[in-house]
Amino acid sequence: MLEQLKKTEVYKSIFRHSYQDTQRNRALQIVDNVFLHLHPVRVPRHATNLGYTWGMGGITFLLFIVLTITGVILMFYYRPTAQYAYEDMKYLMNDVPFGPLMRNMHRWAAHAMVLTVMLHMFRVFLTGSYKPPRQFNWVVGVILLVLTLLLSFSGYLLPWDQLSIWAVTVGTNMARATPLLGHEGPFGAQLGLRPDNDVRFVLLGGTEVGPPTLLRFYVGHCIFLPLVATIFMVVHFWRVRKDGGISGPESTKKGF
Amino acid sequence: MRQFLEILSKPDNLPIVALLASVIFFSWLYWVKAKKNDMQELPEEAKMDDKVQVWPYLVRTEFLMAIAVMAILVIWSVFLNAPLEESANRALTPNPSKAPWYFLGLQEMLVYFDPWIAGVVLPTLIIIGLMAIPYVDINPKGNGYYTFKERKFAVLTYGFGFLVLWVFLIFIGTFLRGPGWNFFWPGETWDPHYVAVLTNVDLSEYFGISTRLPDNTLNPAAFIFGAVCVFGFYSLSGVYWMKKRNDEFMKKLGFFRYSIVSFLFLSMMGLVIKIFLRLGPLMFGANPVKYVWVTPWFNV
Repeated sequence: MLEQLKKTEVYKSIFRHSYQDTQRNRALQIVDNVFLHLHPVRVPRHATNLGYTWGMGGITFLLFIVLTITGVILMFYYRPTAQYAYEDMKYLMNDVPFGPLMRNMHRWAAHAMVLTVMLHMFRVFLTGSYKPPRQFNWVVGVILLVLTLLLSFSGYLLPWDQLSIWAVTVGTNMARATPLLGHEGPFGAQLGLRPDNDVRFVLLGGTEVGPPTLLRFYVGHCIFLPLVATIFMVVHFWRVRKDGGISGPESTKKGF
Repeated sequence: MRQFLEILSKPDNLPIVALLASVIFFSWLYWVKAKKNDMQELPEEAKMDDKVQVWPYLVRTEFLMAIAVMAILVIWSVFLNAPLEESANRALTPNPSKAPWYFLGLQEMLVYFDPWIAGVVLPTLIIIGLMAIPYVDINPKGNGYYTFKERKFAVLTYGFGFLVLWVFLIFIGTFLRGPGWNFFWPGETWDPHYVAVLTNVDLSEYFGISTRLPDNTLNPAAFIFGAVCVFGFYSLSGVYWMKKRNDEFMKKLGFFRYSIVSFLFLSMMGLVIKIFLRLGPLMFGANPVKYVWVTPWFNV
């Protein structure tokens, strides 16, 4: 029966090659798969060694995917207005099937992602992997670090509870001290900046963290920042390949 | 002590405990690998220069790691609920009010600097400084393997910045800063009525130059004193350059790269000096230093 199925045109149109364990099929397994195609067919052996890579970049990407999926599910139950936001959180935590699990996974994965990004950066630094020809990919990585922090920070406000509103208040209060752009920053007053026209006002959509801030952070958190992060991730992964694959000592670069 | 353990076990603080544990583990791992590599001709990584097929050898590892991560995440999420406090209330300010944990190092900086430095200039310098690393580190060695011997300055500087100024300050900000952002040792109870009696002075006042004149305007002498301190500190880089500019290494580095490295390095060290100016006098019962340089527009 299964053998019959494998001979049909439909099956053959989906799976281009057999699964028999041959050198050729192992290679095809990678190049014929759009997702695995991110990888080269062969890598130097140290690249598969967790002691070298720590696996932190890969885990970060996995967590980003988890966050995207759980985040979209949460969006079905959440309205970003001061009137409903907190009510929706209560509803989610108490009445929605698997609601707490989805929210918990979203929050813990977010924390974990900040952690793994830092560790990934630590590893890349310690192996000197930012050195030529990978200088620019390190810069892209720094941008991704900043985007990760911004994503986490903007998501912090959305539950609209005491924890979120005050954490974001503390964080965004810094903006009022921005030199030249904030009303309490150096030269701010001299330039005619007030609480209602400086950079913090733009960020919050008001003079304090309020309903317009919630909407701003929501759109930034769910649409703008993930989109930008995705673009930079695409560049980041592509550059890993283009810059000669995973870093390694000179001798491992033979035959590429 | 119970309160310290309570804060330690708050669900939102678990990532910090994980951060501390993993940073210690990975620093140790690095050290072991670097030492081993430094003692032999070829680094371990170079011995693994044969090629393996990504399918199955790499994909298998990725798959197992993904399963492990998902399992940990699900278990973590089943047993620990994400915090949800009372509904947002602008009229009720919690004490202490803390930013998300990864920004607590920066919030801790607010003790030592005005917000425009701690909250804006410092993060900007960190981001720019990180981005500049590949372009100012001209040492071609240590590319693609663990080593300490071949890049001591780079590893020590980054290690100090990351482990001490980032991770350790996050730890302090989360676990040892209580109401009013006052410092409490582990085991001390966070007393919301505790008031730290501090008489802050400016650095110039240690040298007998008062910051304000009797009519409460800025003393020009103090202004000049502060400017000399700040610019004098940064001009150390110029002194070092004049002394070493003919060295082989400095010639290769060039004046432009050197300026960036020395500016970023001195800024980082300046931060440490300011922390000591603030905390050091307290150990001797003297008054902590608030500002090094007071101007009509900003204070450093």
